[in-house]
Amino acid sequence: MNNVFIINIIRFIFLVLFQVFILNNIEINGYVNPYFYVYFILLLPFETPKWLLLSSAFLIGLSVDIFSNSLGLNSAACVLIAFLRPGLINTLTSKREFETGIKPGIKDLGFVWFLNYSIILIFIHHFALFFLEAFGFHNFWFTFYQVLASSGLSILLIILSQYLFSYRTKV
Amino acid sequence: MRYFFIFLWKHSFFFLFLIFEFISFLLIVNNNPYQRSYVINSTNELTGNMFSAFTNITEYLSLKNNNKTLAEENAILHSKLNLLLSNKTDSNFNISTDSNFLMLPAKVLSNSTNNRINYLMLNKGKSDGINVDMGVISSTGIVGIVCRISENFSSVMSILHKDAKISAKIKKNNQLVNVIWKGDDYRTGTIEDIPTHIEIVPGDTIITSGNSLIFPEGILIGTCKDFIKNTGENLNNAEIIFSTDFNSLSYVYIINNLMREEQNNLINSLPDE
Repeated sequence: MNNVFIINIIRFIFLVLFQVFILNNIEINGYVNPYFYVYFILLLPFETPKWLLLSSAFLIGLSVDIFSNSLGLNSAACVLIAFLRPGLINTLTSKREFETGIKPGIKDLGFVWFLNYSIILIFIHHFALFFLEAFGFHNFWFTFYQVLASSGLSILLIILSQYLFSYRTKV
Repeated sequence: MRYFFIFLWKHSFFFLFLIFEFISFLLIVNNNPYQRSYVINSTNELTGNMFSAFTNITEYLSLKNNNKTLAEENAILHSKLNLLLSNKTDSNFNISTDSNFLMLPAKVLSNSTNNRINYLMLNKGKSDGINVDMGVISSTGIVGIVCRISENFSSVMSILHKDAKISAKIKKNNQLVNVIWKGDDYRTGTIEDIPTHIEIVPGDTIITSGNSLIFPEGILIGTCKDFIKNTGENLNNAEIIFSTDFNSLSYVYIINNLMREEQNNLINSLPDE
């Protein structure tokens, strides 16, 4: 438990720094910006208490917000997906698969499961984030294009890092 | 109460979610100028609409009272008008303390405010005793000077004229100044060439000086809005807001100076320098 706790804290710090110093400076096409730090919320263990889930999501969103001068935007989107995460996991996972000690990821639950899981959460997160940024549904299709393009990029990064990091620990 | 806490505890996840979202939303609105202005604007629009709807209703409710007071006022005005028409020299209708100024009501037939030179057309002319160079005022302040007359109509050069120059004074200290109009906004005029020792502060009242034979002393021109110090020059300027709303004039008064000829003759008899 202690080990998991420390790993998550390190992951928290690393992802925030990676997001604000590298990804926020990459603006593809002017307005496509991946939000890779959400990976942290995706990877939190299944056993995480619900209050901790919400608080840590709020904290990581807030940290990114502080660095990118958009106080409240990221934290609102993160809290939303943290709230939806337990329900989503229940619907995606059958009881049979659910053993203790399992971690969310391709390694334990398979590529299709993880892809569905991350696509849904990332899309919701980006949707909330970009529409909060636009603060309304005027210019809907432009914002929607931003959501789709940025989600695609974030999901690509997440799947890539699954193969880069998770498999190496297995070896 | 106990069940309420049980209910809260049971749904603590949901309420915690709501609390966090609420905090985030507060942060968004308080820290991001764009989102903040959006919220403020939309709430302003909402409250504005509510207020206007409310005043619409209350206005409608007080319509009967308004009609009554208007009718009473009309009756008073009619009786005064009749008196005025029947006896043009009735001293009750002198607005100035000098008894040599008479006022004649007239209706504005046409009016302009958006040109560099603005004229009004009044429904009184030569047959009503109107003459060129008579002053025109409204109930709220100065309007202009009659410049051309026909049998039944007269044309008035309003002070919204690039060449108009009205002799005025500052009410609080009787200092003489000149009011001109620069030709931009019909609501604001300019006081030019104020000697440096005269200080005008915003809010000062500007009235006619009574030096010009056209206007009696003490007709309201406007109030000072801005005092502009010209550094390095001897003379300062000031912006004033005209007390008359030139865009909504409907009734005005033509001022007849009964002693004008006498005064003019006296001035002309002075030896030229």
